[in-house]
Amino acid sequence: MQSFIQNIINGLAQGSVYALVALGYTMVYGVLQFINFAHSDIFMLGAFAGIYVAAWFAGVNSSILLTCIVMIGSMMFCTAVGLTVERIAYRPLRKAPRLNVLITAIGVSLFLENLGQVVFGSDPRVFPALIQTQSLFGENDVSLNNIQVLVVVVSFVLMFTLQWIVKHTKLGNAMRAVSFDLEVANLMGIPTDRIIMFTFIMGSSLAGVASVLYGLSYPKIEPMMGVILGIKAFVAAVFGGIGSITGAAIGGIVLGLAESFVVYYGLASFRDAIAFGILILILLFRPAGLFGVLRREKV
Amino acid sequence: MNALKQLGAFVLIVGALFGLNLLLEETINPYVLRVVINCGIAIILALSLNLVNGCAGQFSLGHAGFMGVGAYLSAFLTTVLQIPFFQSGPGVAVAILAGGLAAAVAGYLVGLPSLRLRGDYLAIVTLGFGEIIRITFLNIPEVGGARGLPAIPRVSNFFWVYLIATLTFIILLRIVRSSAGRAIISIRENEIAAESMGINVARYKIVAFVISSFFAGIAGGLFAHYQGFIDPNTFNFTRSVEVVIMVVIGGMGSLSGSIIGAIIVSVLPEVLRGFSQYRLVIFPLVLIVVMLVRPHGLFGFQEVWQVFKKKRVEPKKNAVLNQAEVL
Repeated sequence: MQSFIQNIINGLAQGSVYALVALGYTMVYGVLQFINFAHSDIFMLGAFAGIYVAAWFAGVNSSILLTCIVMIGSMMFCTAVGLTVERIAYRPLRKAPRLNVLITAIGVSLFLENLGQVVFGSDPRVFPALIQTQSLFGENDVSLNNIQVLVVVVSFVLMFTLQWIVKHTKLGNAMRAVSFDLEVANLMGIPTDRIIMFTFIMGSSLAGVASVLYGLSYPKIEPMMGVILGIKAFVAAVFGGIGSITGAAIGGIVLGLAESFVVYYGLASFRDAIAFGILILILLFRPAGLFGVLRREKV
Repeated sequence: MNALKQLGAFVLIVGALFGLNLLLEETINPYVLRVVINCGIAIILALSLNLVNGCAGQFSLGHAGFMGVGAYLSAFLTTVLQIPFFQSGPGVAVAILAGGLAAAVAGYLVGLPSLRLRGDYLAIVTLGFGEIIRITFLNIPEVGGARGLPAIPRVSNFFWVYLIATLTFIILLRIVRSSAGRAIISIRENEIAAESMGINVARYKIVAFVISSFFAGIAGGLFAHYQGFIDPNTFNFTRSVEVVIMVVIGGMGSLSGSIIGAIIVSVLPEVLRGFSQYRLVIFPLVLIVVMLVRPHGLFGFQEVWQVFKKKRVEPKKNAVLNQAEVL
């Protein structure tokens, strides 16, 4: 029972990070209908940006203030990269076949990964411990530390904020219109290009926060770290039904919990395969995901 | 008469390859030969992937997985099992063929979800299958697990690799030009239209997947018996993407384009070795630029010789057009 609770705690903390990254995938997919493979590498760049920002502001004494600064710095950097990628690589292909956009996204992703290896080197870096890990309670049986709490709380606050933006603001309304039908939204006077930019801004800044939270919990940062995490986050997004924000959040947490239990039951070497197993099952039985709506193809 | 001509051409190719093999092994240095042979294996991979990605329009990102199945099964037969038959020359050929068949079975299994999924979802599912195959090999101690499988008999050489590459090219070209091939292409053009014309879309999708993974498996077997050593990470996601890049650069649906794509992708890194640090950065950039500038790849849907033929035909077309205007 105790280990059961422990697994839930670990799974929640891990799943929240997946969920934050998954939100970026789901929003871009909702609006433009393609997998932004580069999203996971924006996440990776965010973590590196976090390392540099933390080094610049090393003089700041308050650890909470420093964490906030690092998060904001990482968000800004991710946003800049996300917007650049959108402008240079994706916008010229807006009318191209979806396959071309997909291939370009893979190209951008490889480019960022390899550039990361050239610039940062392929050896792992250590993400600075901005906040000292303190155990809140429990020593042997069930333990919970302040970083796990921080990760879960920040993630949930962001998810609810995002949900509010999408459901209750004019911007969110426009985003939903664009995701429903880009051309018609354009005809109705919605500045689609600007809305798509906002989507990238939101997705990328969530990736920035996620990368800092990830760095705080697993301080090993390397240029290839986005690959597997990105795929898992995408799986989470598909699991919940792509385009659905609640779905992405729940998908991320379910995946985190599933992994945590798989590792606990001694199948650690299959940890990375579990995500794909879940994905294949869900797509076979509910192709639109848990909360997705299947759109029929019309001639 | 035509069949006789083709047979003659084939004998000529075999003879030429055999001669080249002897010549190359004597003259050029082992490093260049290695690049050339790896290029041959890449050609088989690119050609086979083109059937699924280019002709059928089903985006598959798990080609390395099928290659892995072929490589592992054939290496398992020739190396781990210790049966004398499989250590002889024909035995290795049988083993590689068995690897191809095993890959075809895997292709059948991966083809099944393609009936329900399309586009990006299929890409991510095939990617998942490829990774699952790789992780499974990692967890089978009999074939070395993460340490890999060493001491595989090194029997493939220039002759065999290029003979099979030629055969793959001819067979795939014949398939694409048969009625089955046309059916496969019609799926790419418009699935709903194809179905309403009475084409069994589900069946031909599976057929494309099975044929494609069969050849990928053969390529894997050749690769294993050329390198003499395989480990699960040889068949990772990066390898799949590499093959996709070959197909995309050459032109989706253009078989001869795939050959050129494969040559570019496998030779370019060697040429750029001087900038070794940056070559992996330049590569994806090439891909992005090709997508932006030539969305259908270098040769589009056409074969290389058609691209050049078209230029000569064009004036005629205009002449007819002008006539029509006059009338």
